[in-house]
Amino acid sequence: MELKKTIALMGNPNVGKSTVFNALTGMKQHTGNWAGKTVETATGYFKSNSTTYEMTDLPGTYSLFTHSAEESVARDFLCFENSDKTVVVCSASCLERSLILALQCMEIKNDIIICVNLLDEAERMGYKIDLEKLSEILNVRVVGTVARNKKSLSNLIKNLNYKDTKSDFKIEYPKIIENAIKIIETTLENFDFNINKRFLSLRILEQNRSFLEKVKLQNGKSVMEISEIKASLSEALDYLKKEGLYENRISDFIASAVVKMAEITASEVISKTKSQYSKRTETADKILTHKFSGFGIMLLGLCLVFWITIYGANYLSNGLSFLFSYIEKFLESFFDFIKLPNLIKDIIIDGAFKVTSWVVSVMLPPMAIFFPLFTFLEDIGYLPRIAYNLDEPFNRCKSCGKQALTMCMGFGCNAAGVTGCRIIDSKRDRILAIITNSLVPCNGRFPAIIAIISMFLVTLGGFFGSLLEAFILTLVIMLSVAFTLISTKILSATLFKGTPSAFTLEMPPYRKPQILKILVRSLLDRTAFVLGRAVTVAVPAGIIIWLFANVKIGDLSLLAHISAFLDPVASLLGLDGVILLAFILGLPANEIVIPIIIMGYLSASSLTDLPSLNIMKDIFIQNGWTIKTAINFIIFCLFHWPCSTTLMTIKKETGSLKLAVFSALLPTLIGVLLCFFINLIF
Amino acid sequence: MKALNDLKVGEKAVVSEILTDGAMRRRFIDIGLIKGCLVKCVGISPFKNPKAYLIRGAVIAIRNGDCADIMVSGEVV
Repeated sequence: MELKKTIALMGNPNVGKSTVFNALTGMKQHTGNWAGKTVETATGYFKSNSTTYEMTDLPGTYSLFTHSAEESVARDFLCFENSDKTVVVCSASCLERSLILALQCMEIKNDIIICVNLLDEAERMGYKIDLEKLSEILNVRVVGTVARNKKSLSNLIKNLNYKDTKSDFKIEYPKIIENAIKIIETTLENFDFNINKRFLSLRILEQNRSFLEKVKLQNGKSVMEISEIKASLSEALDYLKKEGLYENRISDFIASAVVKMAEITASEVISKTKSQYSKRTETADKILTHKFSGFGIMLLGLCLVFWITIYGANYLSNGLSFLFSYIEKFLESFFDFIKLPNLIKDIIIDGAFKVTSWVVSVMLPPMAIFFPLFTFLEDIGYLPRIAYNLDEPFNRCKSCGKQALTMCMGFGCNAAGVTGCRIIDSKRDRILAIITNSLVPCNGRFPAIIAIISMFLVTLGGFFGSLLEAFILTLVIMLSVAFTLISTKILSATLFKGTPSAFTLEMPPYRKPQILKILVRSLLDRTAFVLGRAVTVAVPAGIIIWLFANVKIGDLSLLAHISAFLDPVASLLGLDGVILLAFILGLPANEIVIPIIIMGYLSASSLTDLPSLNIMKDIFIQNGWTIKTAINFIIFCLFHWPCSTTLMTIKKETGSLKLAVFSALLPTLIGVLLCFFINLIF
Repeated sequence: MKALNDLKVGEKAVVSEILTDGAMRRRFIDIGLIKGCLVKCVGISPFKNPKAYLIRGAVIAIRNGDCADIMVSGEVV
């Protein structure tokens, strides 16, 4: 018979849990070198020795008792889901700290396997770890791995296969705590809470309410609702008070004992060959977070990333549009051959196919280049340094430092950025970060901005032209960051008053990027995902816009009617009705805004040529575009309602429709005001 | 007595008392920052806030305001 086992994967942030998870399950959890990347649990399966394992990758956490949403997910899973085994991934390069969590887990579960990962990194830093001794001291299974190297994981699988040898490990607390535990544990004997009694006694002693509320008897009564337990708690508290330990320091006392135990254990198993923190990381940090070179490199780096994106995308775009024009000709003759009615042929080719090919040829190339570059920065560990450099401005705006991180994620995808806000502990700070996230342009908007910049703002071609484009794009990004800061500041002074919660930001050692993996992952997963979404929206949108353009009411097409209706408002903003309509129809995915504009214009002028930037520019100019229109378009593209996916994510994350609506209104208001004034002044 | 944020880059010290309370105190303890812990200041960000500290093998950035209530003592060479 086939066996099935469930495994929970725990660990500090950024110790390679997701890498272990991916290597074992073959799943494609996104990995990156910064703390807080996995905010949701992921579940995957793998087989070994006729046993099917169901593995759950839990969000990284420093402790089982802190307060952020993503950390309680991990604790609750460990306490209330009956997994067969728990793997605690520890970082070899920072074992002492990792052991704190491992010890906490061992207090709940007796089926722990400690997986000491990143052995290679520790070796480079000059640490040697005696795994056997660690196993001996803690009386627990210990395996050493280098998760990036799949082979080293076979040992972990072997250990998963072993029959459970329940360890009876205990953390020894100071005598008075042990006595207090005994008082409560004796009472707990009479109840069946289905959770380790010693562990529960400790939490009762600490009066960890948020946790205790979740621990329930079968009749639904929670721990602190039972009078016997309450009585034994006050007995224990009285005892501790007599011994000189006051209520508000108990939790400290217990936690410190765990930390000390980790310290002692680590000191016994680690031997240092060189006694220093990674030299390479230290030197790199000196340069990358220096007050001059830090910012210089950040801006130049941003500029460089954009330049590579723009320069490379140009070639790819041309190639793709060439290809699509052939496919279009082929489709046309094919439809003629099967004698498809003209109307349907037009809907398919001029509607669905054309918009889709626009989306692919204009939007795909920048994404295909930008995503890997972004992933590269993520992989080496540069993102936390950006947050570190930018923290003070965020501090001044009274927001949490982690907002710099979630903002960076927004550049990839605003919906992902909003979900990422779970790493922020306090509710106020999290809402601020969520609301302002869509003020930075996501990948769906970059290509449109790039296209407009290269059509209207930089007439210079070639190498210098693309360099100039990258520079302008960098300015555009700085504008969006500036507005993120300004809005945060205004919001925290008005609607969301309060002080930012304190934060600790871990800066992991720089890690060698896995180039091949970056390429495969970012192209296959991210790019394909975003493109897939854009195309599924583009096909129906293409058909709808074609119908809009061709269904006539009176003398004019439906499109002309609608855009004429929108024209007065749009012209106040320096745009036109078609552009505004495109932004409205682009609600499901911003990628289709430009294609819709083109379709809107084409329907009037019946141009059927293949898409290229030059022809696009001609179409735009024929329809009254000037440099001012271009600038206003870019501004409005930066600041308008987020896409529907992002809005739904905001609703889901905040649980409030009001906040979702507000998140749409805020950027729109900024965009409308900016465009209005630009239109007024120039 | 000095606070943690008074450390200059390169200086080491031992935590003598954590005066912070509530969730933040717990957060410090969870990353291993307790009385008796050796801390080294390893960096300062461009705006002089936050600073980066080496705590139990990990580099962690903490805002100056947040660690003003962590008392440290004795420069350890």
